[in-house]
Amino acid sequence: MSERYIARSTAIAARLLGGEMMVMSAVDSTFFTLNEVATAIWRAADGYTPLSEIVARSVCSEFDVEPEVARRDAEQFVDELSRHGILLVSDHPLNNPSSGLVESA
Amino acid sequence: MVTQSHEIAVEIGGMPILLRTQDGSFRDLLAKRYAGFVGSSSYPRFEFDVDLVPPSAEMESDEDVHVEMQEGEWRLRRGDFRARWDPRAGRGRIRQSANPYSIDSVLRIVHTLILAREGGFLLHAASAVRSGRAFLFSGVSGSGKTTISRLVPADVTLLTDEVSYVRRDTDGYRACGTPFAGELARLGENCSAPIRTLFLLEKGCENKIEPVATAEAVRSLLRNILFFAQDAELVRLIFRSACEFVECLPVQRLTFVPDERVWDMIG
Repeated sequence: MSERYIARSTAIAARLLGGEMMVMSAVDSTFFTLNEVATAIWRAADGYTPLSEIVARSVCSEFDVEPEVARRDAEQFVDELSRHGILLVSDHPLNNPSSGLVESA
Repeated sequence: MVTQSHEIAVEIGGMPILLRTQDGSFRDLLAKRYAGFVGSSSYPRFEFDVDLVPPSAEMESDEDVHVEMQEGEWRLRRGDFRARWDPRAGRGRIRQSANPYSIDSVLRIVHTLILAREGGFLLHAASAVRSGRAFLFSGVSGSGKTTISRLVPADVTLLTDEVSYVRRDTDGYRACGTPFAGELARLGENCSAPIRTLFLLEKGCENKIEPVATAEAVRSLLRNILFFAQDAELVRLIFRSACEFVECLPVQRLTFVPDERVWDMIG
């Protein structure tokens, strides 16, 4: 399976509030609350780190989860957010990875 | 030929907006519609010329509301009106037939646009003042906004039964009365007070107040904020406003039996 690269869209607003990452699409106003694992992936979505490496480094080493389960969940998470334009996904590194608009409370 | 213009300043949330028309009877209609919210026309924050057109098929379509920024101007349109507003110049123009409903919608939209840049918003919520503090009761249609408004005791001042006006100020947030009435068909009082609590309304078989998780509070707030513009920057501003509001003020779920005892828990 080819590598996937993910980056946060610039067309979003995000904020860490009460320990939860909240993300809203500025395009269609869809609103997501990310759990801890999803937040870790979200934070690591820099456009040039492969998703498999993000899962290994930010999920498997930080949370008590089987690698295969972590990979599958990460794929689902990425697919869902990319459908709403919140994450950008590519099979090659994204040259202009966005930082997204993330505000911490 | 000289045409006489008639002016009226409608002041909601302490923000006077001057409306200018060449039809004296329409001005009188607005004075009646916004009784209690008519301010001085000396120092309006914004001005609108209202061009009245005869009712026609063009102005009676079912087109949904559409709001977008074009070349520095907000363009507002719905089946029954067309409007433009240049926020930098402070001027705009409304084209509609002589009815109070179209201009009411334009004013709501304009206020949402103004408030978005100031950290505030209009909210689908009843609001009322008790002992100098404002309480907001938010929810979708049928959740109990009209019911709880109808039940207000004598020591409570109703700000609105339908659309609450939330302004950011130096100490927190303020709720202001609005003339935007719901089923109660009663204008709110034109006064304001610092907000104490936002309640998410739910009818039930007992009276109780419960905490609401942060994410749910933000989600519920966003669901009930009035917002019309197809504009990414404004969506971000609204998102930020909702988050900051939830950080600043308690948001609680109020389940209530529809009788006056619900007010024993508030204040």
